Amino acid sequence: MVLYELIDYSTLKMIWWLLLGVLLIGFAVMDGFDMGVGALLPFIAETDIERRVVINTIGATWEGNQVWFILGGGAIFAAWPPLYAISFSGFYLAMFVVLAAMILRPVAFKYRSKRPDPAWRSAWDWALFTGSFVPALVFGVAVGNVLLGVPYKLDPDLRMTYDGSFFGLFSLFSLLCGLMSVSMLVMHGSVWLVMRSSGVIAQRARRTGTVAAGFGIVLFALGGYLVATGFVEGFRITSEVDPNMAANPLAKQVVVEGGAWMRNFAAHPVLWLAPALGFIGLFGTLILLQTRMEMPIFAFSKAAIFGIISTVGVSMFPFILPSSIQPEASLTVWDASSTHRTLFNMLVVTAIFLPIILVYTAWVYKVLWGKVDEETIERDNHTAY
Amino acid sequence: MEFDVVDLSRLQFAMTALYHFLFVPLTIGLSILLAIMETVYVMTGREMWKRMVKFWGTLFGINFVLGVATGLTMEFQFGMNWAYFSQYVGDVFGAPLAIEGLMAFFLEATFVGLFFFGWDKLSRRQHLAATWAVAIGTNLSALWILIANGWMQHPVGSVFNPDTMRMEVSSFYDVLFNPVAQAKFVHTVSAGYITAAMFMLGISAWYMLQGRHVRIAKRSMAVASAFGFAAALSVVVLGDESGYEANLNQKMKLATIEAMWETEPAPASFNIVAWPDMENRDNVFAIEVPYVMGLIATRSLDTVIPGIKELVEKSKDRIRQGAVAWEALQKIRSDPKGVGEDVRATFARNASSLGYAYLLLPYTDNPMEATAEQVDAAAWSTVPEVLPMFYAFRIMVACGFFFILMTAVFFYYASSGQLDALREKRRWLLYIAVWSIPLPWIACEMGWFVAEYGRQPWIIESMLPTAVGVSSLSVMEVLLTLAGFVALYSTLLVIEVALMIKYIRIGPDDEAPSDPAPDTSPRPVSGAAPVPAE
Repeated sequence: MVLYELIDYSTLKMIWWLLLGVLLIGFAVMDGFDMGVGALLPFIAETDIERRVVINTIGATWEGNQVWFILGGGAIFAAWPPLYAISFSGFYLAMFVVLAAMILRPVAFKYRSKRPDPAWRSAWDWALFTGSFVPALVFGVAVGNVLLGVPYKLDPDLRMTYDGSFFGLFSLFSLLCGLMSVSMLVMHGSVWLVMRSSGVIAQRARRTGTVAAGFGIVLFALGGYLVATGFVEGFRITSEVDPNMAANPLAKQVVVEGGAWMRNFAAHPVLWLAPALGFIGLFGTLILLQTRMEMPIFAFSKAAIFGIISTVGVSMFPFILPSSIQPEASLTVWDASSTHRTLFNMLVVTAIFLPIILVYTAWVYKVLWGKVDEETIERDNHTAY
Repeated sequence: MEFDVVDLSRLQFAMTALYHFLFVPLTIGLSILLAIMETVYVMTGREMWKRMVKFWGTLFGINFVLGVATGLTMEFQFGMNWAYFSQYVGDVFGAPLAIEGLMAFFLEATFVGLFFFGWDKLSRRQHLAATWAVAIGTNLSALWILIANGWMQHPVGSVFNPDTMRMEVSSFYDVLFNPVAQAKFVHTVSAGYITAAMFMLGISAWYMLQGRHVRIAKRSMAVASAFGFAAALSVVVLGDESGYEANLNQKMKLATIEAMWETEPAPASFNIVAWPDMENRDNVFAIEVPYVMGLIATRSLDTVIPGIKELVEKSKDRIRQGAVAWEALQKIRSDPKGVGEDVRATFARNASSLGYAYLLLPYTDNPMEATAEQVDAAAWSTVPEVLPMFYAFRIMVACGFFFILMTAVFFYYASSGQLDALREKRRWLLYIAVWSIPLPWIACEMGWFVAEYGRQPWIIESMLPTAVGVSSLSVMEVLLTLAGFVALYSTLLVIEVALMIKYIRIGPDDEAPSDPAPDTSPRPVSGAAPVPAE
């Protein structure tokens, strides 16, 4: 059966690069406001009832949102096995920190309300904060490191050795990216709280959202400046590339040079729409948070996330994981994917199930929609967290 | 004792998987039981069934989140600790994991929120649909992860590609409909159903002994024993199917389960008790039942089951064949474009044994030059420790038969309307039910051990040794994360058990003096959960 040859191998690789983007953006948009809300929890709400309001704006839906993270792992494994292998073993301790933090989240949501003891509840509040803030920071730091190149080597067996350390992950630029990620998600979470809560919490959320959007604008601009001026060097393939090649990352030549991450924008000016959308989203959120509007702000906040993540993706294309110490072993769209057959099969499965997921997720949100405040918590006391 | 990265990574995987599997079987079984009980509620309109769903649902929730939390690690640690494995098999192995996310995790995780928060926001039928979505999603996730695991046990539908240095899918259909995966799936979900049934049975028995919540306890007992009895029969039958499949493709696993060193004339006998001695490659003693083993494993009277020593001899042939493939692979890799067709043909002929050549790598850098002693040592490394295999299997099987007995007895009392008699005359039976609560967990963990430890030294049966699949990490790194996971998981487990006990003690909602007639109001508003959260 050669059904899979209906679509070109190179086209499939391209589609899966776009799908990877969809997954990352889906994760940042859906799990992003949960993380933003969690990171704000101890600061935006003081009393227990306030904290319950904040938690219950995401209480019934965080679980589905978190699946975007798990699906991200699974999809990378299926479509880009070397990326899955190299990034998670390379960032080993950072991954552990992320997992340990994220493990706290499900438990904190569920167990916090099981006992009235203030110390118990406070402990889980901080667990929720950790489980939200730490991954938000580390994901950004990881993106920064990917832009800089990751210190790994591949031998001819395609066995990877990593030549960095946990603390080596934290450079000026990667920390900037980490803070960018935190700002973006805190902004997103604030906008969520503006929509889903009222009164004092919504007011505070407008302030935190404004500050976060402001930071986001500065950091996004600064990051762009560092890349554009060549302070952060990019990677460029210098050998012939056959987009239909069998996936072996060792069959190319690569150079590292300042400004290489800007080449795609020069070649295809339409790509400037990505950073433009990022800024429009950030500025739009910042401005609209000062009005009485609610729902439209969320569209801008989502647009900001879409624009920012797309900017990183298109500036690096076709690279997905550059190696700083053996540049020719960098992973690219063309040489790090699964086989033609697997990419096709997985595309069929995704094309069937992703729309179904979006439909039932939308329905669940519709059922559960509405402002959460102290009254609704009192009313639903027995079911609310 | 000296540990290397391979040992520590295996220990970490075992630890995180065994912890994860403390929560998953109960989730799998209880989700179905909740859906069944809620179906009865919607069909009859009797409030009592809703109270049952809410009470068991509370316990379900406490357990569910830890399954979710520990499951996060499972999705990522293949890449973290088994990077070479991930690169080597991702083309085949990644797909079921991704499909699991798309088809199963989203379903269960999205609707579990409605299960807990949707009682007042949905019609009865809508809420029932949400509960079934959780149950179906949970069970589908077991299907996909066992398709992945079944492929590790029996790697069908794939070939090794020397140009990309990995196994690649040749037939997606074969991977999906792998008979090992199918048998494992039904065996594993049945084990989950028993776990939930014994859990419900035990807690209900405790209420009966205490004379509390007796009506709900009796109903729960009837549901649990009927469901559990069916599941217990299924788990043993499908376990037998797994044994049959194991004989087809994992003969060494079967031989070590049996502590069968020598090949016996068919049909082989079954060792009930034995003391295997790895040093002398024999059993110190054994109590045998003639014919039984041959019948179980081959379903015939004249098919011979090979013993451990014969299998080791066969491994030697494959190691030598693998060395030929290994040498051809080196030539292909040093000059992928220029290498002759004859070398590629040599590789293709012997590629199925390539993994066996890797078994020589701890002893020599060049498998082609391996001495007879080295081949012997490598061949004996294909035998997992026999003693733990032998006893883990027997503990699991003994539990399985005990579950059939227990659920059958309670099913008899429930279906003949004599559960009250238990409370008066046969209290010891209720005590046994209470004390049996931990047994399904023991059986599940033993089953995991037999399946996965019994696969050693392979991470992919006969294709890739576990030691080759590991990441390039330092001992310190893995020690740190291992300690971290142990500390975190153990803390969470203690909290989980404490909360479970707290909510079991509180018990279901107190019953109305008389169970009201079928409730006809469109939106039931009775006081719902066991204890209002403050």
